[in-house]
Formats: sequence, C-alpha cells, structure tokens
Amino acid sequence: MESWRRNPLVFAAIALPPAFWLVLFFLVPLGIVWLYSFGENIDLVTIETTWTLENYRRAGEPEIFTLFVRSLWLAGVATLVCLVVGFPIALVITTSSPKWKSWLLLLIILPFWTNLLIRTYALLNILGSRGRINEALGWLWEMGDGFLTIIGLGQLNLLGERFTPLTLLGNNFGVIFGLVYVALPFTVLPLYAALERMDRSYIEASLDLGAGQLRTFFSVIIPLASSGIVSAIIITFIPTLGSFLTPDLLGRGQVDMIANVIERQFKSANDWPFGAALSFILLYATFFALAARSLLAGRRGREDAEAF
Amino acid sequence: MTDLQGRRAGQPVIAIDTVTKRFGGSVTAVDRVSLEIAPGEFFALLGPSGCGKTTLLRMIAGFESPTDGRILIDGQDMSHVSPNKRPINMVFQSYAVFPHMTVAKNVAYGLKVTGVPQSEIAGRVEEALELVHLGGYGARKPDQLSGGQRQRVALARALVKRPKVLLLDEPLSALDAKLREAMQLELVRLQESVGITFIIVTHDQSEALSMANRIAVMERGSVRQLASPADLYENPANRFVADFIGKVNLFEARVASRDNGSLVLHVQGLGEVRLPQGMGAAEAGRADLALAVRPEKLRLERERPSPERLGFEGQVQQVAYYGETSSVFLTDQAGHSIAVSIQNEGRSTQPMVTVGERVWCSWAPEDTLLLAD
Ligand SMILES: Nc1ncnc2c1ncn2[C@@H]1O[C@H](COP(=O)(O)OP(=O)(O)OP(=O)(O)O)[C@@H](O)[C@H]1O
Ligand SMILES: [Mg+2]
Repeated sequence: MESWRRNPLVFAAIALPPAFWLVLFFLVPLGIVWLYSFGENIDLVTIETTWTLENYRRAGEPEIFTLFVRSLWLAGVATLVCLVVGFPIALVITTSSPKWKSWLLLLIILPFWTNLLIRTYALLNILGSRGRINEALGWLWEMGDGFLTIIGLGQLNLLGERFTPLTLLGNNFGVIFGLVYVALPFTVLPLYAALERMDRSYIEASLDLGAGQLRTFFSVIIPLASSGIVSAIIITFIPTLGSFLTPDLLGRGQVDMIANVIERQFKSANDWPFGAALSFILLYATFFALAARSLLAGRRGREDAEAF
Repeated sequence: MTDLQGRRAGQPVIAIDTVTKRFGGSVTAVDRVSLEIAPGEFFALLGPSGCGKTTLLRMIAGFESPTDGRILIDGQDMSHVSPNKRPINMVFQSYAVFPHMTVAKNVAYGLKVTGVPQSEIAGRVEEALELVHLGGYGARKPDQLSGGQRQRVALARALVKRPKVLLLDEPLSALDAKLREAMQLELVRLQESVGITFIIVTHDQSEALSMANRIAVMERGSVRQLASPADLYENPANRFVADFIGKVNLFEARVASRDNGSLVLHVQGLGEVRLPQGMGAAEAGRADLALAVRPEKLRLERERPSPERLGFEGQVQQVAYYGETSSVFLTDQAGHSIAVSIQNEGRSTQPMVTVGERVWCSWAPEDTLLLAD
C-alpha cells in the first residue's frame, strides 16, 4: 500500500476504472432513487423531486409498519433455523475425512449451479397441495386406512373421512422453508470456515478436563466460533430480509415481505417515490445493523488492547 | 514407589500391553509396545520425529484407540473409557489454553464440568496457580501472557484436577533455550512436590536425561531400550540408542578369536583388540558388531599411550571450540572421522592441538561399548 501511495500515477491508473464503474453503475442510480424518495408523481410518467417527506411518513403507517415487522420476523426465524440446521452440518463437514470433506462441500455449493427461479419452482412442486410431500402423505394415509379396514376398524374412520393435504404454501411455513432453503449454504460456509480454523486441541483439552460432548460444544466450540457465527447471521439475515422471489412464489401473495411491496410500487401501483422511500428505509436498516456490528467488534478490540 | 535405580514395586499406574496403532492400514505408528509405569515415576518417551511418541501418548489419553493391545490405568482396562472419564490429564504441545476464558476460568474449567462444589473451586484454583508461580494472574486473559506463562496455566489446569498421571507432549519445545532449562528444573520440582506420575514426550535427549527417572527410547514405533538415564548413556543396548543418546564413535568389528574367556575382535582402523574379561559374551554370536566409544572418554596425546589402553594414531582434521569444551575431529588410518571431546580446563586461547598434526587417541578398555545391531 505504502509504495503505491508514493506512485500516485500508478495508483490512479489502478484505482480509477473500478471507481468509475462504482460511481456510474452504483452511486448514480442509487442517487436517482434517493431523489425519487423525496418526490411526487405529477403525472403517470413524471416524478418531480419536491423534497416532500410524505413518502417516508407513509412508511410509518400501520400496515407498512406491520409489514416491516413481519419481514424482520420472517428473516429472523429463517436465520435462526439456518443456524440451528447449519451448525451441525458445518461440524460434520469439518470432522469428516479430507476425501469426504470436498464432496460434502460440493453438495453445499451445488444449489448455486441452478437458477433461483428454477429451484423455487422445484420447491413449489414439492410443497404444493398436490406436491411430492402431500403425495407421500396421501399414500401413507391409504396404507393406514387399508390396514385399519383389514383389521376391522375401517368403519370407525380413525384417520378421517378422506385424506386432507397439508397446506405448505401461502403461509409462514412455506415462506420460511423457502428462505431457509435458499440461505442455508450462506450460513454453512462461514460456520465451516470458523470451525475449520479452530485448533482441534481446544476440543481435546475440554474432553481431557472431564467435560462431556455437549458441555464442550456449548462452552468451547460455540464461543470459539462466535465470530463465524456473527458472520453467518449477517450474511444470512440481510439477503433474507430483502427476499423477493421466495415470498412471491411460496407465499402465494398471502405472505408479503417488504421487497414484494416495493416491487408493487414500481410496477402495478406505479408509485415510484413510495417504493424508493421503502427501499431506502430497508437500506438504512441494513446499514445500521452492519455499523452496530463493526462498532461492537471495534470496542471489543479496544478493550483487549486497553487491558494490556 | 520408585527407588533410586528406577526399580518398582506393586501395581503399575499405567500398563501398556503390546499396543499397536496403524493409520489407514499402511502406517504403523506404534508397533507392539509394552511398558509399565509405576506410581510417582517421571517417565520420558524419547525418540526422533515421527517415531510414534505422540500417538502413544494420545492413546493413553484416549484420543486414539489402539488397533491392537490394551492400555490399563490402575489395573483397569481403558479400551472403552472415553477421554473425559480417564483419571489422567494432558498438557498439550500447543497448550490449548482457552482464549475466551480468563486464567482463573481456564483452571476452574475442569473442576466446574465435573461438579466440584463452587465453594471448593476458588481455593483449589488459587492453590494451583500458586504452585506454578502464577498467583495473582487469575483475572488475565491468555493473550496477555507470555508463552511460558501460558504453558504454566496449562500445567495448573491439569494439576488442579489431581490426576493419577499427567501427560506432557513436548511441553518445552515452544520456549527459548534459557526458559526451557529453567522449566526443566521447575517441572522436576513440581513433580516431586505433587507426587503425580509424569509422562513426558520429547525428542530432546538432554531434556529426557535431565528430568526423567526412566526413559523409553523409541524408533519407528517400537521401544528400543527402556532404562534409567545413566544406564541409557553408559550401557546403550544398540547402535540406535548409542547414537541417539549423546554422541558416539563407531568402529565396525568382527570376532577374530576367543582367548581364555576374553574376546579378541578385529576392528576396522584399530586392528586386533582384546576386550576385558566377560565383555561381549552375549553379543559374540552376532555378525554385525560394532565397537563404540563416547567422545569424552577419549584422550589425546603426542606420545604413544601405555599398552593397556586402546588407541590409534590419527591426524587432526578440525577443531571446534564450544567454550567449556572443544571437539577435535581426527581421521584414523582407515579414513574414518573420530570425534574427541576435550575439557578446556586452563584459561588458554590457544588450541591444544593444531589442524594437520598427528596425535595419539586412546581410551581405557572398560569404556568400550560393544554393540550388536
Ligand atoms: N492421524 C494420523 N493419520 C495418519 N498417520 C498419522 C496420524 N497421526 C500420526 N500419523 C503417523 O504416525 C507416525 C507417528 O506419528 P507421531 O505424531 O506419533 O510421531 P511423533 O513421535 O510424535 O513425532 P514428532 O516428534 O514429530 O511429534 C508418523 O509417521 C505420522 O505420520
Ligand atoms: Mg509428536
């Protein structure tokens, strides 16, 4: 770094193209949307920036506020499920033999090779009322019913008059299932990286000192993996909060998240200024979460330094 | 209890019964090792890198299970006892002091997880820290300690559990030479004061010689000799041990004749050598004999030595000065290089011999070692 700074020309030559790219394709569009969020529709296609705060005020209205809360809740639950499911997966990968390790990691990354839309449609096929899960349950019902008939309990209708498929779509379950399915690899990878870095002798030391497996897990493995856990939470939570496709398809319009409402503002509702305001609120929320995290990390680092 | 010669009485605290460990079918890390370690012993596993010391220690601790054979602790078979249930504790080579806990929490950990009452813990932690001279360090975090202090935390953490046996895997290898020497004495003092059996793994022969009261020398998975330090040095059982413990000059030899009870050897570079009465009776039948003598048992003279001493005339090739001693390298008639260690007793800056000079090198016959294989 130092030597680059002494060569300003070289530094500029290297730094300029990416900076240009960033400004042109990221900051400028972002700025435009930011201006929209302070604008009003004056006719169908024209937006005038009048510096009104009306769009932000509307975001505080009860139904939009509820929507934000629900989005946070859905993303939070999905993140929690991802952690609970992802940690054992990461642990298994870390402790498996080198040969197995690469195959298991491949298995985790495999979903990235298929388009999200296709994967989501595949989920529809699995979770739908005539989907694979209900098909299997229906088959089990037939078998159970047949068995009861054979042993002479058929007329009691113990299993109900006929098989009623489970509703797995268009509700919180379907959306959370989909969110977890999409985000799980993002949770597993940072957890795996943290566990892989961890010195095995800490675990052995804990066992050696008389702690059981469970005790070792909670008192040694989790604390030592904490930075990986925080990374996993952030990298899972933020994209999940902004999910659009999953709630759109698996929620069947019944379970909206914030991104679905934003999309509607830009499309069917043709209320770009309101959509822009909602987008920026989401952006600020994300930004504050990240800032809080690095502030916390910074303080912890300083405390350690002061203690010397 | 052990007596001064390292002989034992009563039941061993650890019995290793023809233990073999293979990794993946092809690597035999430990090969049919049998050892018995008595209560209160300071026992060392010594050997070059990769000879299976750590693997053997990890099997005692329970982190690896033997492919074959059994390990008994206090007469109990440990085959199906998990590491956290064994009455032994280990000091890891990397120390493995938990970085997210204070020193006191680290030491208390092993007591807390086994349900020692809270009221008892604080006192025992303080006592253990005092024992390793870390009283008052309880509130520190491990990253505020030096390497040597961290190691002492690891020691305190293991000792506070009052184990039957303490295992130490190369505990001093990460320390600098001065600190290492101090810690060697410290460990011996600790072992004597707590009376716990110590098993230490090391590849440093001087460390093993100075600390242990018995040493098992290992090579490629097997124990080549099991003896007290002085015995290992003065009576090595084979070439490997003679060469690994200290320095040694080797002369290939074969039996020339027997002459009323003493063996006459033909030794390369020395000619006919008559061994003292009784020496070499056991080894005489072996084909690959070698005569060995330690460098510090050799004497350099300008005149031919008295006939009862063994010796040869050689040429000085090199002189290396080490302060308290110097090493002189000679070549004999056969062209072998022989090392002679001499004490620098007088305060002279002049070497006692000069390169190129012809000198006589001799030793007392009883200082000769006869080695087979
Ligand atoms: N988990 C393992 N898988 C396969 N081979 C292993 C494993 N652990 C050890 N080995 C092999 O077993 C042999 C003995 O290893 P070990 O670690 O016991 O040696 P060591 O005497 O402790 O050496 P060092 O002084 O270098 O620590 C080596 O050849 C090593 O490569
Ligand atoms: Mg080792």
